[in-house]
This record gives sequence, C-alpha cells and structure tokens, in this order.
Amino acid sequence: MGGIVLNPYLPYPVRIDNISIETEDKNLKTFRFVFLNPEDEEKFSYHAGQFAELSVTGKGEIPIGIASSPTEKGYVMFTVNKVGLVSSYLHAMKEGDIMGVRGPLGNWYPWEQMEGKNVVLVGGGFAFTTLRSSIVYMLDPANRSKFKDIHVIYGARTPGMLMYWDELIEWEKRDDINMHITVDGTDDPKWKYNTGFVPTITEQKAPPGGQDTFAVVCGPPIMIKFTQPVLDKLGYSDDHIIMSLENRMKCGIGMCGRCNIGKEFVCKDGPVFTLKEISETPREF
Amino acid sequence: MTIVQIDKENWESSIKKLFGAYRLFGPVKEADFHNFKQLEAGQLPDLSCLNTRLSPKSIIYPQTEVMFKYTLDENEEDHHILKEVDKDYSPQAVMGIRPCDAKAFELVRLNFDSPDYKDPYWLNAYTATTLVGLACESPCKTCFCTTAGCGPYHEEALDVLLIDHGDQYWAKVLSDKGDAFVTAAGWTDAVDEQPAIKEIETKKKTAEDKISAFVKTDNLRQVDTNELYNAKFWEEVSFSCINCGTCTYVCPTCWCFDIQDENRGSQGCRIRNWDSCMYPLFTLHGSGHNPRGTKLHRVRQRFMHKLKYYVDKYDAGIQCVGCGRCVRLCPVNIDIRRVCGYMNGHVASAEACEV
Amino acid sequence: MLGYIDKIKEVSKRLLEEGQVEMVIGFRKGTLSMMNEPHFARTPAEVQNFVWDSNCGINLCNYLTNRTEKIGILAKGCDSRNIVTHIIENKIKRDQIVIIGVPCKGMIDRRKMSSLFEGEIDDVIEDEHNITVKGAGFEKILNKKDVLQQNCAVCIHRNPVIYDERVADLVDEQTDIDRYADVREIEALSAQEKAAYFEKLLEPCIRCYACRNACPLCYCPTCFTDESRPQWVGKGQDTTDVSTFHFLRAYHCAGRCTDCGACERSCPVGINMRVFTKKLEKDCLELFGWEAGLDPDVRPPLDTYKPGDPDDFIK
Repeated sequence: MGGIVLNPYLPYPVRIDNISIETEDKNLKTFRFVFLNPEDEEKFSYHAGQFAELSVTGKGEIPIGIASSPTEKGYVMFTVNKVGLVSSYLHAMKEGDIMGVRGPLGNWYPWEQMEGKNVVLVGGGFAFTTLRSSIVYMLDPANRSKFKDIHVIYGARTPGMLMYWDELIEWEKRDDINMHITVDGTDDPKWKYNTGFVPTITEQKAPPGGQDTFAVVCGPPIMIKFTQPVLDKLGYSDDHIIMSLENRMKCGIGMCGRCNIGKEFVCKDGPVFTLKEISETPREF
Repeated sequence: MTIVQIDKENWESSIKKLFGAYRLFGPVKEADFHNFKQLEAGQLPDLSCLNTRLSPKSIIYPQTEVMFKYTLDENEEDHHILKEVDKDYSPQAVMGIRPCDAKAFELVRLNFDSPDYKDPYWLNAYTATTLVGLACESPCKTCFCTTAGCGPYHEEALDVLLIDHGDQYWAKVLSDKGDAFVTAAGWTDAVDEQPAIKEIETKKKTAEDKISAFVKTDNLRQVDTNELYNAKFWEEVSFSCINCGTCTYVCPTCWCFDIQDENRGSQGCRIRNWDSCMYPLFTLHGSGHNPRGTKLHRVRQRFMHKLKYYVDKYDAGIQCVGCGRCVRLCPVNIDIRRVCGYMNGHVASAEACEV
Repeated sequence: MLGYIDKIKEVSKRLLEEGQVEMVIGFRKGTLSMMNEPHFARTPAEVQNFVWDSNCGINLCNYLTNRTEKIGILAKGCDSRNIVTHIIENKIKRDQIVIIGVPCKGMIDRRKMSSLFEGEIDDVIEDEHNITVKGAGFEKILNKKDVLQQNCAVCIHRNPVIYDERVADLVDEQTDIDRYADVREIEALSAQEKAAYFEKLLEPCIRCYACRNACPLCYCPTCFTDESRPQWVGKGQDTTDVSTFHFLRAYHCAGRCTDCGACERSCPVGINMRVFTKKLEKDCLELFGWEAGLDPDVRPPLDTYKPGDPDDFIK
C-alpha cells in the first residue's frame, strides 16, 4: 500500500448477522451487520439520516439509508429494496456471509436545529428507513426530552407493505409519540388505523406549521409532490420542510459526478436538503 | 526563480539522464496524431507537436484503474474482503505538456482533493508528477485559453516552463519539483535573468496575440441557475448531439467516473473507469426513473457543470481551460464557445423551455 | 452540389409554410473548416441557416429516432437508405416524413485532409470538382475525388432511393468500383493475423461510443453494452471488452448497414471500424444478394427464411 492518504473507497468488512423480511411481497429485507473488526464500529459513528454504501464483493456497491439508530449499539442495520444487480444479489445472500459497509456518508437531519421543536415525520413506502432511525433516536431516554411533540405519518399501499410492523405497534401504544399509520386501501375488516394516501392523512393529522415545527419528508416522488402543497397549506415554510433525496450514486463522497442537483451533490452536500435549498436547484432527482 | 538554457544539441543527452530519476511521459506521434505516452529509455518527447489528440489526464487519472482486489474463494481466510493494490507512485514527469493541460489538473484537483475527502489514487499520482510545460508558439484556431483563465505561457500549474528559443530551450523553474527536475537533467547554465524575462514577456505577448477565439464568462456567476437551466436555447444546442462521450473523454477537466467489480473465476477487482454525463446510464435509477432522461438534459448538464455549477461551487473560474479539443473532435460540431456565449449572454425572459 | 442550397431552402420553406411538416432537418454551417452541424428549422425564416456542401457527412436519419413530429429531412443516398431501414423496422412511418432527396457526389474526409498537411488547415473552399486548402504557410488545390471519405469513394448509391422532393437532377452512379478490396485483404489473413490486426486497429479506442451513437441503426433503448443483468461486456479498457463491443455492434448492423460512414467519420481517434460492417455487407451481398435499404417493401434476409438460403456454414 503506497498511499499517503486514507482511502475513502475502502469499505469496513462486515458479517451479515441477521436478515428479516419486512414486507409481504418479500421485496424488502432488513440486514443487520456486525463489523468484523470491532474498532470499526467506533469509526462508523453516524447520525440519523445518513447513508452508507453497501459493498457486495464481486457485484458492486449500493447507497442505502441507515435504518438503525446511533443509539443502537453492536450492529448497523439497513433495509434494502430489491431492484438492481447488487440489491438482487444481496437479497440472495445469507446470514454469516461477508461483505462491506462504507460510510457513514452524507449529511443528516438537522438535529441541533430541531431541538426544542415539534418534529413531524412523513414517510411513504420503503423510504421509511432513516425515519425509523430518527424515531428510535428521538425516543431514546437520553434524547426524548430534547424534542417537543413528535408526529409520524407513515403510509404504504397495504398493511402487509408497512415495514417495521412490531415497532410501529409498540410506538402506537406510547403516549410520547403520535403515530398515524395509513394504507392506501385494505379489505382487512380488522384494520384499525387510517386509510388514505399520505398527503390526505398529513392534512388531517399533522399539526400546523410555524417556527417551532419541522416536517421531515421521505417518500416516492409522487408522494412528495402531493405532500408539499399540503404542508404549504398547513403553514410550513420551505426552510422548515426537510427532505431526503435519492439519486444514482457510485462514490458517495462527491467525486464521481453523477448525483448532482445543480451544484450540490446529493451524496455529499445532501442527501438531506430543505425544500428551500431544493427550490434553488434544477430538480434533477 | 531561475531560467536555465539548454543547447538543443545537448537536449538528447540530458533527457537520457532523466530516465533514471523519472518515469518520463511526452507527446509521441502515432498514425495521424500525437498522444502522451510513457517514453521508452532514450526516446525523446516530440516537441514539434501542436497539441495531443487526447489530453494528458490519463497519466494521473487512467481511463481504467484497479482500486482494490479480492477473492471470492471461501477457502481463503480473507475472502470477500477488499484489499488495496500496490501502485507505482515513484516520480514521474510529463514533458511537453501545454500550459492549458497543466492548468486543467489544478481545476480537477478541487474535486479530488476536497476538504472532506481525498481521492488517494488521483492525489498520489498527482503528487508524484512533475509537469514540464512547453510554451505555445502557434496556438490553434480552436484555442481560447486566454479567455478561459489560461494562456500559451501560463505558468500557474507547471513546475518548469520550457520555451523554444532558436537553437536553445530555456527552462524557467517554477517550483521545488521543477528545481529537482532541472538538476536531474543537469541543466545548470543559468541565463542573465532580467533580459530573459523581458524577452519571454515579448514572446508571450506574441503568442497571446495569435489566439483568435474567445469566450466571455463575466456574467456566468450572476445569472440565476434556474433561469439558465430553463433557457430556450438548450433545444437548439442539444439537437445535433449524439450523446457520445467524446467531449468528456478528450477534455482535460472532465473527471467523472464509474466503479465496477470485475471477476475472473474466484478472483476479482474493483475498478474505476472514466464515465460520461452524456450517457443515459450515468444517472439511471434502479427503478427505471432517470432524472436526466433526455439528451437535452445531458447536454445541458455538461455545459451547466463546466460553466455554471463549477463556477458557483468553487469560485475558481470555469471548468475549462480553452484547449479546444471538444470543439475539434465533436463529431457533429457542437461548440462550447458558442454555448458559453449563449449562457453568458442569457437574459431572463418569459421564454422558458419545458423539459 | 454547391448549387443545391437555394433549392433546399426553397423546398424547406414551402414545406413549412404549407404546414406539410413541423420541422425540417438539415445542416447549418459549422464553426470549423470541413464541419457542418445537423440542425433544424421550425419556421420558414429559420431555413436561412441551412447550408449544403461536401461537409454534410453525418447521417441525418439518426435524428429521426423517436421523434413524433411531422418531419422534412434532407437525404443523401445513404441517408435515404437508412430511412428505408427505419421504415422496415417500424421506427418511423412513411407518412410521418417528407424526404427531400439530395443527389450526392461524396463527402470530404476531414481526417485524411488534416493528415495531408503539417500545419493546421484554416480554410477549405470548394467548387464543383476541386477544393482549395489554405493553412499556415500553405495553399493547395486538390481534386475532390482524391479526398473523399472512403465509403463515398466506393459508393454506388449516391442518389436517394426514396424521396418526395428532389433538389437537383440525379447524379451518375459510380460503376466499375471495387467495393471490397480492403475486406478481401483481411479475409486473406490467418486467424492469428486477423486477431493481431483487429487488436491493433482497436487499440486507440476510448469507448466514447461515437461510432454507435452516430449510427442510425443503433437505436436500441438499452444497448447491450449498457445492460447490467446480464452484463455482456465489461466497461473498462480491457482489449477483450473493447473488441467485444466493436464485434457485437457490427453484427447488430448485419444486413442493415448502408456504409454511410458516420461511424468512422465520428471517431475521435481515427479507427477504421467500417472494415467490420463492410465484411458483413459483403457477406449479405454474396450470400443473399442483399443490399440494405433499397426497398421499404422487401424484408431483410436476416428476418426471412427461404428454402434456398445458403447453409454451407452449418457443419
């Protein structure tokens, strides 16, 4: 090794510790990784909202939001949708297999700014991963007092497509977080939560906007498109609407050139932007 | 700062001395045009070359480069763990590089040597490299370096500037690396500095006066990004584009890359290859969605990156040194000088294109 | 050919004025000598930008792909044959286009021209038969015939094979042309010699895909080089991957290539990749008596079966 600098492309070796299926279509699986070198876990110190490159040796890397919370120790967790070459291969891997994790990468939700404020998390489909991280982080006994009211609006097509089901139900039961789970539709007569699209439920359940309230929105483009006017109507200013973007990425460190929106790299300057920042760039995402 | 003189009759023997100290690169003529190649012992750089077909960027940033190697064989202890590969970062020198191509490395450095991350491959190679430039006496018609933050005698990024001076070369030493290079070559015959500097100034002026193409960039910073993005001229600009990667691959300042795993049996390596914003695959999401799904998007991205995003992000001018390669080699004659004119002259208007 | 331009403008203007087409695709003057740029006019006034001379070598059929407008298009012999191929392959409907036929006497090979002179060429002025080349310290008159693109020199379909308008009288077709001398030379090599020849030929390739993208035949939504599942070809500079790209691309053009020369003209590093497509063109001619793009109503040999088809290659 003739390098004069640390190599930011070198992943930490990890072992797949646990794999669980998240959704009824089996397209989403959660992978829990344990670092092969225990000291790497400390180096991989992250904030809720960041992502990492999962490195499947021999296939390549994919950028995935970190689903575990910095308050959860001993492992890192990612929920992966099966779409392309790497994610499909990853879905076929088994517990005990060796691969790599490179990161943490990107910025995170503005936790310092959100301290002492109400936080509204709006999520749809499989883009709920870093919101799960955020919820676990905020609900940690050491952190809960830092935030005022917490609202979560989370929707999927059907009940079986909601991720982290057991946790959702647990959070439902708590009185220090307001859960608003919804599905687009269901014929299950026992479904006792909301029915309707995320923007509609947001309109009904989200608290009004203001200087004391931040909305964090994560979801497919169509959900974002229709949630934005709802938040406008509720009085959220564009610098109090926080979004996490996705684009095709390779390097994850702002060098390979593909993920930019205007002069900002989604991988390094993002993935978290305020709506105000996004409005100042060409919306190429 | 020293200026030394080398009699051309001693040129060959002094170059020979350098092979012990450096891996030497220089322009070599192959078939119809010149390219930078590693010189074999005793081989001379062809300094008669106007400029090379491809830029010398591959000397520091190869088109294909191995990043890591690994084994997939589970019988081996470190299977599936990426390992660094040995690289040769011994001193190398690029002789006869034009000032524009050298300046390009400075522009690219802002990407690979950022406050947050350092690209070890680029940076290690760059650090190992001495740039021995050759002043341009006959710029091409497509050269527009003087208005692209550069010039035929531009010294900014060079370690040594060679100047053709009749039956001599003059070598102006510009850095410690340059000093070491001149010493290794045995070029010790210093000229009387003041008159030489004066003469170089005159030659520089003469060369600059030969530049016949210009761009205007004074308004690029002020013009609003979204206004420019939605400008109507992109349809006209992008119409003829065939979305090949020529402009980006011949460009000394284009740096985009792709990362791929390539396996042979149970052994493999992670490599990186040049990539191009002209290719649809560059930005294609796994879902099939493509944020730059049309050729207009991609052509616009290239020019916006070079002439607007880069300008705004780094405050270091445009991401172009005016070498003219993209102009000369574009198969359909898309001309960055024309596009820069449109962009710099853009006035906000109601006429926006909906793409 | 120089006299064509007035007629080209006149026809284009009329088509736009009468609303027969929404745009006309032609060329505008380039910013370099020996280069014109594919360009479009949407209004009668915009046709003033059109030019025509021996530097219109890019195949305009390439610009029809996936367009939905009603289009007028200038077409040399080769362009017209590619339009026919597009019609055969259902890429465009015949009634979506008004073909403005441009009889052609060949296009100038700018690479060859540059190699003839040491210094930079400043200006090239052409008349009907000659071109005057001016540069730093030289001025020379050349016979146009001597500096044609190689494909133009051996072209036997200079006149458009299909057109709705025509801007000039038809030109004489070339006869007694040996179209495949270069292919025969390579055919005569041994397998090892061929491999070495191809490796040297492709050595300068930088995989910019200009050859593919300049080709009107290469319209696949996802080219095999860009597929990831399965990944047919590596993306690096490995010689196997580079040659795989060129060989496969050529085979995809078998029975379809019209030897328009756009691939070679576009190559920034001067690769003569036409040797591949020409070999396949020759095979199609010898085995099936087929020349691509001559008739929109005849199916090409590689998507038809006839009991009499040659089958000697099946061992």
